[in-house]
Amino acid sequence: MNNKIKRILPQLLTILFVVFVFGFFTINAQVNMDNRGIDFGFDFLSQEASFDMQFTLLDYDGQDSYLWAYVVALLNTLLVSFLGIIFCTILGVVIGIARLSQNFLIKNSAAWYVEFFRNIPLLLQIFFWYYAALRALPLPENAQPWFGVTYMTIKGYYIPSMIWENLNVFMSCLIAAIVAIIFIRVYAKKIQEREGKQLPVLYISLALITILPLLSFLIGGVTLDFEMPKLKQLATTSFIFEGGVALPPELIALVLALSLYTSTFVAECVRAGIQGISKGQKEAAASVGLTPNQILKLVIMPQALRIIIPPTTNQYLNLTKNSSLAAAIAYPDLVLVFAGTALMQTGKAIEIVGITMLTYLSISLAIAALMNWYNKRIEIKEK
Amino acid sequence: MNLSLNRIKSQNQMTNIYIGSALLILSILDVFLNSFFRINISGSLPGNLSIFFPLILGFLGLSYLRTEYSGYKFLDSLNKNINTTNFNAFLTLFITFAILKAFPPALSWMVLDANISGDTKEACTGTGACWTYIKVWFKRFMYGMYPNELHWRINSAFLLVIGLGFVGYFFKENLKKYLALYYVVIYPIIAFLIIYYLISGGAFGLVWVETGAWGGLSLTFIVSFFCLIFCFPLGMILALGRRSNLPAIRYISVGYIEFWRGVPLITVLFMSSVMFPMFLPQDFFMDKLVRVIIAITLFEAAYCAEVIRGGLQALPRGQYDAAKSLGMGYWKMHIFVILPQALKLVIPGIANTFLALVKDTPLIFVVGLAEIAGMLALAKTNPKWLGFAMEGYIFAAIIFWIICYAMSKYSYNLEEKYKTER
Repeated sequence: MNNKIKRILPQLLTILFVVFVFGFFTINAQVNMDNRGIDFGFDFLSQEASFDMQFTLLDYDGQDSYLWAYVVALLNTLLVSFLGIIFCTILGVVIGIARLSQNFLIKNSAAWYVEFFRNIPLLLQIFFWYYAALRALPLPENAQPWFGVTYMTIKGYYIPSMIWENLNVFMSCLIAAIVAIIFIRVYAKKIQEREGKQLPVLYISLALITILPLLSFLIGGVTLDFEMPKLKQLATTSFIFEGGVALPPELIALVLALSLYTSTFVAECVRAGIQGISKGQKEAAASVGLTPNQILKLVIMPQALRIIIPPTTNQYLNLTKNSSLAAAIAYPDLVLVFAGTALMQTGKAIEIVGITMLTYLSISLAIAALMNWYNKRIEIKEK
Repeated sequence: MNLSLNRIKSQNQMTNIYIGSALLILSILDVFLNSFFRINISGSLPGNLSIFFPLILGFLGLSYLRTEYSGYKFLDSLNKNINTTNFNAFLTLFITFAILKAFPPALSWMVLDANISGDTKEACTGTGACWTYIKVWFKRFMYGMYPNELHWRINSAFLLVIGLGFVGYFFKENLKKYLALYYVVIYPIIAFLIIYYLISGGAFGLVWVETGAWGGLSLTFIVSFFCLIFCFPLGMILALGRRSNLPAIRYISVGYIEFWRGVPLITVLFMSSVMFPMFLPQDFFMDKLVRVIIAITLFEAAYCAEVIRGGLQALPRGQYDAAKSLGMGYWKMHIFVILPQALKLVIPGIANTFLALVKDTPLIFVVGLAEIAGMLALAKTNPKWLGFAMEGYIFAAIIFWIICYAMSKYSYNLEEKYKTER
């Protein structure tokens, strides 16, 4: 009996405490909203947003609804995160491997890179790139082309845009090629297990992924044109580029800062993963007669990845959350557009901040769930 | 026969070394003269060749120099460390030349062509950095809009708080057992009182300074200090809650931790500034700074909890069993057996969390508190001082870098220290 009370009482008190806090806040919110004449509800989502966004992936103008503004802003957030993740992975892997180099200079410059970018607050880095570094770029009329066709100016980075015809044919060819490659891999594995023969999977895959899309150009009627950015004079002293795709400086500053900052953490994960493999593994594999390439591919990498991937995913998650700093330099991401402009216009603080937080929360939880599933799958099953 | 072969080989080796070092020195000299004195000795070469000239020369030189064993100490260590393969040699040259190329412009911008004299923008005539800007705004960057003649209050408050932080070292042996009590309960209260009465004033004949005037680096310190003190105990409770075998407590802790870890800090700050006032009773006013500190504390406590949980999980079961078999209850077991060991394990993790906290504090700029990033934004838009964003951000970056680097080195030392003790 005594034991039962000991178990139930603390739980009861905790629940009561939580209920009390939530109840207190809810009642207060009710009273406050009544007093100010605001009502709780999500009807505003279908109202006209009537504000503009500087940079969007989908078509959007002021007449669209708040819901559509939310979707467009969320896509902007995801774009920054996606680009940041790609660049920080490339940089992080290179720096992480460089930190293990035998070359004294490479090892130390990689170490200093990590110490340098890791210890400066991300917000300051974003500000530095946006307000200081990118402001030093030339005006459109003075810009020199990079690689002949792209222009880096103070107003953004201009690249040629692609104009597709029959894009869906091309895409289906690409998907078909990928599906075929997956089948071939499975088949090759089966053959190897049964007969011990190795198929040249890599060459077949490369051939498939180049030939099928190429065929779509030759037979499927797919065409690809490039629209070049062209300098246009608006007034005597004001020039802009027209045509092509313009990447705004906000996006560039954000991606630069996010990927430089996060790459230091990824580099540390990579280094830890490779260092975590004991030397015996390498020696054992060599003594079995595997070639250095096979050792790397079949013995070291599968084990290192097991150590590297979970913390790296965590870093990707951090990058996605940190991309909300976009609000500080007015890149139209979820926080700026929704928790900033939309909140100002509608005054629905609770609903809007709630939706914003829930969005990030669901992204995080989804990735965390995926990670747990992956961890379970690759776990070493010890007897 | 054998002897002569050896001699021929060594003669060959000597010529190789001479040729190699001559080429290497020539290539480095070329880049050096080019970047420091703007003398271009390879300029007569056509087009792109003059850019790659030092790279090719140095590469040839290094490949001539590469031998198994030469007998020269310097050359052998060079070969062993930076010249093992062609690829390594190439990277070595690349990094060396990049540093040589980047150093002179950076030096002339930061030091040689920079200005620091004078009090106005007009004093900056050089092409380099304008440190006059930093000098003039220095007090603003450090203390925000806090009245100039009252800066001694901030300084003395910090000195007192830091001094009290070291008091624990001088505790007598019979007082040592109260050390944790002092740091977890008494110290935060005293520190709060000191900061409240000294910095904001309003009593003891000190003029009241509202929190809106606080700012600059001192605000960064105040915010990180309080969040640091409060988030640790909260995180500890949450970590214990997550490990508890009482389902209600466990689920509430898990929910709390996962919620705060899943949202970005910036939305939490938005919540504290726009949404939270709606949740408070009508006539109840809470200062914005206090709300922000609470928000960051709640946020960082979740991260702290996860780190501490890692330490709790790393302890072997035997420790729990041994404590229980001695008849200890839950609290006794945790306070005397489990937590002291677990906390020792998680020192580096906790230090990393605190580091992240310090790096996160500039974010409070987003909700309108003018800590150093906010003051920089303010100074940058001042019509008298337009166009010095670069100097400002480099200055702030250097300050933060020193703080964070020192913290990370200190945590590394702590880790090493406790590693040997175990």
